[in-house]
Amino acid sequence: MALTTYVEAIKQGIWEEMESDERVFVLGEDVGIYGGAFKVTAGMLEKFGELRVIDTPISESAIVGAAIGAALMGMRPVAEMQFADFISCAFDQITNFAAKCRYRWGAGVPIVVRGPSGGGVHGGPFHSQNPEMYFVHTPGLKVVCPSTAYDAKGLIKAAIRDPDPVIYFEHKFLYRRIKEELPTEDYIVPIGKAAIRRKGTDISVITYGAMVYTALDAAKELEKEGIELEVLDLRSLLPFDKEAVLDSVKRTNKVILLHEDTEIGGFAGELAAVISEEAFEYLDGPIRRITAPNTPVPYSPPLEEFFLPKVADVMRVARELNAY
Amino acid sequence: MKTLNPNVVVRETAQPAVLPPEKTLLDMLYYMQMTRELEFRIERKLYRQGKIVGGVYVGRGQEAIAVGSCIDTLAADVVCPSHRDMGAFLIRGMSVRTILAQYMARKTGATRGRDGNMHMGDMKHNLIAFVSMLGDNVPVAAGIGMSFKMRHEDRVVLCFFGDGATSRGDWHEGINMAAVMKVPVVYICNNNQYAYSTPLERQMAVENVADRAEAYGLPGEIVDGNNVIDVWGAATRAINRARSGQGPTLIECKTFRMTGHSAHDDAGYVPSALFQYWEERDPIARHEKFLIERGLITREGADEVKAGVNREIDAAIQIAENDPFPEPEDCLKDVYYEG
Ligand SMILES: Cc1ncc(C[n+]2csc(CCOP(=O)(O)OP(=O)(O)O)c2C)c(N)n1
Repeated sequence: MALTTYVEAIKQGIWEEMESDERVFVLGEDVGIYGGAFKVTAGMLEKFGELRVIDTPISESAIVGAAIGAALMGMRPVAEMQFADFISCAFDQITNFAAKCRYRWGAGVPIVVRGPSGGGVHGGPFHSQNPEMYFVHTPGLKVVCPSTAYDAKGLIKAAIRDPDPVIYFEHKFLYRRIKEELPTEDYIVPIGKAAIRRKGTDISVITYGAMVYTALDAAKELEKEGIELEVLDLRSLLPFDKEAVLDSVKRTNKVILLHEDTEIGGFAGELAAVISEEAFEYLDGPIRRITAPNTPVPYSPPLEEFFLPKVADVMRVARELNAY
Repeated sequence: MKTLNPNVVVRETAQPAVLPPEKTLLDMLYYMQMTRELEFRIERKLYRQGKIVGGVYVGRGQEAIAVGSCIDTLAADVVCPSHRDMGAFLIRGMSVRTILAQYMARKTGATRGRDGNMHMGDMKHNLIAFVSMLGDNVPVAAGIGMSFKMRHEDRVVLCFFGDGATSRGDWHEGINMAAVMKVPVVYICNNNQYAYSTPLERQMAVENVADRAEAYGLPGEIVDGNNVIDVWGAATRAINRARSGQGPTLIECKTFRMTGHSAHDDAGYVPSALFQYWEERDPIARHEKFLIERGLITREGADEVKAGVNREIDAAIQIAENDPFPEPEDCLKDVYYEG
């Protein structure tokens, strides 16, 4: 069977939901005629027509605002941000309108806002950001960050079917680099469930997005030294799978928290708090974070290389922890 | 060029009543030619050779807009370019080597490798670096104008953006605020009729960007953006208005993007007839013809301008290519003031 890329998997997920549910539609800049800057919506205009594949003006706030309005009337909009960086332009609609409707007056806002995030492609400070934490900090939203093609498809479908607003960050570095065989039958990946990517006994590496592969590569190397990493892929940040996190930590007793987002206010801080509150007794070493430094994402290759967490960083910290 | 809005001034492409001095007319050719040749090297050579990574956006066919409007700015004036305004950087005095080093991600580039392509600025030249978020520079320009007004300084600010950027809320908020505060800003739209793949009629329900001016109470003017002298004329009028305390102006330059949106886009969605139509209105060829007919330059002289800028570019590439990349640890510096 053919292998499906991560980007193709997102497209398949949206496509299938549009086929099975006529309330589902997509809107965003250049999503129609052009098929999206990264071709996530390629062919949809021809298949589903102009009413369901909407090329919008460059108006992120209006794209999300209009999605909210349609969702309140029973539609299931999937709004694209051409780059996740531009989600800042829709911040108010997402964090105030979409996130607080249900809590205030019981009205659900089943929208999906999706877009390419992450670095590694020399995009510079405005085409490489990982903006997840702005939204993880907002009760009422859900936030997901798939790392595999299987999850990319399963999570976009779950997001579309979800009764609440879901922010879906797809890592652009993975778009065409990651592929796998996908089931032919319909499936979803439930929001809020982590996945163990590699079983291990010595140290848990808890991560998400493109960093899953950094962790797996490090695990392969460390295996040769007799250090067995367990790699836990969170897949969802809000809500996150606390049980899976605690279960893994309780088995390995050592933990590395790894993400591409910057350090201060990054998801690792939240995980560290939960682990020390609920699994302190099980820890045989300090909770360690590996994250990007607290700077914008720089453009020049040597700077960006320095910025992004690397396999070598995971190996170094794992060796240090292993010595405890 | 027609407009639905009776309050929008439309000037036809006929000769403007006033012409810039001869030196300015010749400088215009130089800067347009430098813009085009430099961007040609960037997009068609250095990018394709892998010497420039990431995104590359050029303003081929739109060179008259930045050149015509910036050529008479004074050193103290401020310019907020957007992503197709290479001429603004050149006229304001950023060196070709600095620009190339920026594109090639070197330490000697305008942002020392922190950012790429035309995401660059330099306070020394009163050039404000733009952020990708389109239209964000519009309220910023209003604030720059506000500071001039507060301090009674005889300075103006020019702010550039595309037609697509005018769909952003920030654009509307910024234009409104500038008009309310009557600040000395000249807003210049390059209406190249496409925003990425999105044609104008999908971007706005009005016919002209300048039609929007009336709603905010500032004058809107439409000019032929492929005629550098027309652009200069409109900019001169707007700059004079701003300098004399009459507030902001919105200038819409009608033009066409003669490439894809960026180096990786083949613009297959643009009807080829459009490219043909606008090719015949190429701003550089037109200005050369004008200068030759006026006896201000010969054909050979015009060719020599092109050859000359290419020699300058060759020399600058030589230097920039040998410039160092930033040290990896430079990543950590300058997030805050370091003295
Ligand atoms: C807020 C925002 N949304 C989306 C983008 C992605 N993007 C970059 S350029 C562009 C098209 C811009 O069109 P226009 O403003 O007309 O300028 P042009 O490129 O035609 O000169 C888009 C959609 C962006 N940079 N900023």
